[in-house]
Amino acid sequence: MIVGEQKPFDEVWEMVKSHKQLTVFGCNTCVAVCHQGGNKEAEILASLLKMRATKEGVDIEIVDGGIERQCEHPFFESAKELLKDTEAVLSLACGIGVQFMAQKYKETPIYPALNTTFLGDVQEDGYFTEKCQACGDCVLGVTGGVCPVTRCCKRLFNGPCGGSTDGKCEISKDIDCAWQLVIDRLKAIGKLDDYEKLAPIKDWSKDRAGGPRSFKLEGF
Amino acid sequence: MEIKTNSRLEKVLKNGHMAVTSECGPPRSSDPAHIIEKGHLIKNHVDAINITDNQTSVTRLCSLAACIHLKQEGLEPVLQMVVRDRNRIALQSDILGAASHGIHSMLCLSGDHQRFGDSPQGQNVFDIDSMQLLQTVRYMRDEGKFLGGDTIKLPPNMFVGAAANPFADPFEIRVPRLAKKIAAGAEFIQTQCVYNLDKFELWMKGVVERGLHEKVFIMPGITPMRSVGMAKYMARAVPGMDVPKELIDRLSGVPKDKQSEEGVTIAVEAMERLKECTGIAGFHIMAIEWEEKVPEMVERAGLYPRPEVD
Repeated sequence: MIVGEQKPFDEVWEMVKSHKQLTVFGCNTCVAVCHQGGNKEAEILASLLKMRATKEGVDIEIVDGGIERQCEHPFFESAKELLKDTEAVLSLACGIGVQFMAQKYKETPIYPALNTTFLGDVQEDGYFTEKCQACGDCVLGVTGGVCPVTRCCKRLFNGPCGGSTDGKCEISKDIDCAWQLVIDRLKAIGKLDDYEKLAPIKDWSKDRAGGPRSFKLEGF
Repeated sequence: MEIKTNSRLEKVLKNGHMAVTSECGPPRSSDPAHIIEKGHLIKNHVDAINITDNQTSVTRLCSLAACIHLKQEGLEPVLQMVVRDRNRIALQSDILGAASHGIHSMLCLSGDHQRFGDSPQGQNVFDIDSMQLLQTVRYMRDEGKFLGGDTIKLPPNMFVGAAANPFADPFEIRVPRLAKKIAAGAEFIQTQCVYNLDKFELWMKGVVERGLHEKVFIMPGITPMRSVGMAKYMARAVPGMDVPKELIDRLSGVPKDKQSEEGVTIAVEAMERLKECTGIAGFHIMAIEWEEKVPEMVERAGLYPRPEVD
């Protein structure tokens, strides 16, 4: 799923304070799981903004709402009325949702309340870790199910580097060495000999480097 | 052994001599005087001088320019090249540029992560990794082609090396990893600083068992400790560095003003011991900002004078 983190409150306030009316708008799927951008968080953020407005003597009408996903047209049906005449939107969606709304509501300013941080999993309640960079050419089949593009700080395809120590990365004791994990997995699945196969030079044209990507299904 | 390039290092190694290389770090300035001076300080005692490439991710005068300065002084540089800062276009371009200046030896590295340097907020590139850089140089040299497939009119004439760190984890893949670098095209290896001689010899045993020492020239890295403080710092803070407690104790046991001398003695003893180790082809002396000690170390280790090669 997509993980995001709320921006510092002061930064959010600076973006929206000049408006007379604002809709704080949640996205109740990915970023709700990480408790940053769901409809509940939108309600809380709206309250905080109202308090700040009162404290600073700024006249701004703030309402809140949300939908299940800000990245697909059908979900916006239920919020038609709410968004129809709003002056500005503070979206708690990921960067995808913010852009989708900006495209959909061409004359309405849409501000991001979140920094979209990564594609990750839920290791345990409240703990999310990055697992994929959507490089467009998955190598997990030969790396024991551990992604070197995402999890190695130098995205080495033939790691580990000389900085791997006690299973940790040279840049931080809080980061696992991806290649230690690769080796452990290859061993566990009886494929350690595959370690010596050289990884081919990566085709980054399938990644962000090749420009914005799209995918169109025929027959829809 | 067939000599494939004009690299002095290749000629020394392939003529069966124990090679000695050292390294110099370029200045954080546009003035090359200091690195030229350092090069002259050690030139008669080493076969080639590695020039580091923005080591520890601190911005410096570029390795290629520094190599050219040394070459113009008649010295023999080894171009260090990291894949952290340049994509395949820039890397191949710099390889051609180096070859055009008569630089014929290079060392392919990943590079320290930028978090350690002066630009932790910078982007890193890592378009290819160090093994793939080895493959790239060998492909350019041996096939006469760019990675994109086009022909290179005059291919770069480059003797290619890689680093190895026998002390990093997981230990069990450190010999296979060397094999992989050889398969990728490495012709010589300069290792991480060796302080834990027992562990290094254990790694070499694995290397020799697989016959890898016959496929690549292995040069252990030697760095003299200037003080017990440096030894403790390296033990504590430098990733992938193995500094045994006995070495720290030995340095602690001598008065402060004698510690640097003791550090040099320890390094010389290490070289004397490793000279006897099967599969060792020479030494890579990294006297960090202490280049003036290199001649003494080379002489005391019985590696002077350096051989004459064409």
